[in-house]
Amino acid sequence: MDRLKIAGREFESRLLVGTGKFSSTQAMADALKESDADIVTVALRRVNIEDENDDMLAPIDRDRHLLLPNTSGARDAQEAVRLARLARAATGIEWLKLEVTPDPYYLLPDPIETLKAAQILVKEGFIVLPYINADPILAKRLEDCGTATVMPLASPIGSNQGLQTRAAIEIIIEQANVPVVVDAGLGRPSHAAEAMEMGADAVLVNTAIATAQDPSQMAEAFKLAVRAGRLAHLAGPGTEAKTASASSPLTGFLE
Amino acid sequence: MSRLLSPRSDLAARLAGRHLDSKQAVWQSRLQAVAASDVERELTRSPGRYRWERLLTLISPAAEAYLEEMAQQARALTVQRFGKTVSLYAPLYVSNDCINQCLYCGFNCKSRADRRRLSIKEAIAEAELIAAQGLTDLLLVSSEDPAFVTIDYLAELTRSLRSRFSTISIEIHQLSRADYQRLFDAGIDGVTLYQETYDRVIYKQFHRAGPKADYDRRLHAFDDAAQAGMRRLGLGVLLGLADWRMETLALAEHGHHLMKHYWRSHISFSFPRLRPANDVQAAQFSHLLADRHLVQMILSLRLCFADVGLVLSTRECAALRNQLIHLGITRMSAGSKTNPGGYSHQDEGVEQFQVSDTRTAVQIAQMLSQQGFDPVWKDWDAAFTA
Repeated sequence: MDRLKIAGREFESRLLVGTGKFSSTQAMADALKESDADIVTVALRRVNIEDENDDMLAPIDRDRHLLLPNTSGARDAQEAVRLARLARAATGIEWLKLEVTPDPYYLLPDPIETLKAAQILVKEGFIVLPYINADPILAKRLEDCGTATVMPLASPIGSNQGLQTRAAIEIIIEQANVPVVVDAGLGRPSHAAEAMEMGADAVLVNTAIATAQDPSQMAEAFKLAVRAGRLAHLAGPGTEAKTASASSPLTGFLE
Repeated sequence: MSRLLSPRSDLAARLAGRHLDSKQAVWQSRLQAVAASDVERELTRSPGRYRWERLLTLISPAAEAYLEEMAQQARALTVQRFGKTVSLYAPLYVSNDCINQCLYCGFNCKSRADRRRLSIKEAIAEAELIAAQGLTDLLLVSSEDPAFVTIDYLAELTRSLRSRFSTISIEIHQLSRADYQRLFDAGIDGVTLYQETYDRVIYKQFHRAGPKADYDRRLHAFDDAAQAGMRRLGLGVLLGLADWRMETLALAEHGHHLMKHYWRSHISFSFPRLRPANDVQAAQFSHLLADRHLVQMILSLRLCFADVGLVLSTRECAALRNQLIHLGITRMSAGSKTNPGGYSHQDEGVEQFQVSDTRTAVQIAQMLSQQGFDPVWKDWDAAFTA
């Protein structure tokens, strides 16, 4: 059975989803259901993590989904670590999507502070899934310090631009010993399929689903695209060539 | 921060270079020269990045004919960047006793008015009424009242309130960097400070006396706030004092300057229109602007700044606020009282301005839900600030 394995735990779905930007918690809950995602990330800034009746947390069935808190908005390692500790103390959840995003406009991850925070959190027993720019060396440094995955961005978060960092992500996939989850910027199911065909272990999608006209339908579309991309990767796609390869060669008579 | 140029002199030079702070209205002839074809070309460009020429084109008289197209683009861009959400906040006025003489304000020191100052205990009681509405984003507001609203007062109040609110910011007079630092350390993470008008001559006419009469000191307050670590910087102009197009251009330059120098702080823009207040009739102001121009201003700013916050207060009426949320607004106040003690005692004490949208926070949230927006009550966490 082809399953995603992160930190020794197995997951059926290779689509991770985010919970921001929906028009209502109902729309979020419906999309979550259609996505069939096993892992759901929530921003600690948006919820009262200790409160199970929190508007955004209540509809997420914790028996069905792994709740993955994230530190979106943290400006440096110190803030991210503090948020992570408080969240774990309140919930017992050890899984953490580490985001250190000091720039409030493009929300690009700070590589230096992310590495610092990861080093501390891994030592403290957290299962760390760091959001990073598509930097292969940083990916290796994080893997070396013990993160459970690496999560390189496809393009700036929320931009729907697809795999702008393709060349770097190919290297990350080639070199990684931990699952590579392509995060941020996947705007269409075809982008997600493309990442999966390349060999990404999983993808994380939020804006493209939340801001679609019909978020539930889009969630289903991503679910199918991720499966299709994964199957294609396993099936071993034929290589691309610049020239055509004729099925009836013109020089066959020379044989 | 760059060692190559001082941020302060850079900002002053920018505004002067555009002739935005003087009477040499070069920008006026540039605005008049914008043609419909310029607007059409600008609207084919991908939206969200600031260029001076772009903003000038979008706020031009020629662009007034393209408001619908601009609105469609602004809405799509805002939904993409912020989602279908609007976040809610409330102001808490702690004093209306003021040493400034600003001709448009209900707190003007020359006005006859019942002054009210809240003790820490009274302010906490007010804050609890705000929190009881579900709001977690608090804006502490005060007139310039240094004898009472001291840094110690604000720091103590903030420390008492931190556990109840996810974020607390201030809208008070300009402070020194050291004082911003003290408040940041106490748990304040945002500063709202409107320049009111970027026109130096008009600024002088309206700010007759008091520390606020110093245009330059006010202009550079954000440099100090940002250097002290403040995450949220709220800029604004008081619309009605000077030409709104000039104000929009200057506001954008100011915001862009801050974004370039203090890239860790998030900028938001506000566009309060003058409202009647104690001793103040709106009709005395010659630059009041019509709804369609307010809309043009909001849209132009969104189409130049994809990710800035655009803030709408209860100065605007319910009917207009219901519409403006579709045009790029990301944050609005709800259930506001603009007089100290107003949450505990209805209709007592002088207001800074008359609130126009008197709906409660819950009613605002219901309106947002009905219109397809998720009302966001919490978008920060006190745990970020140590």
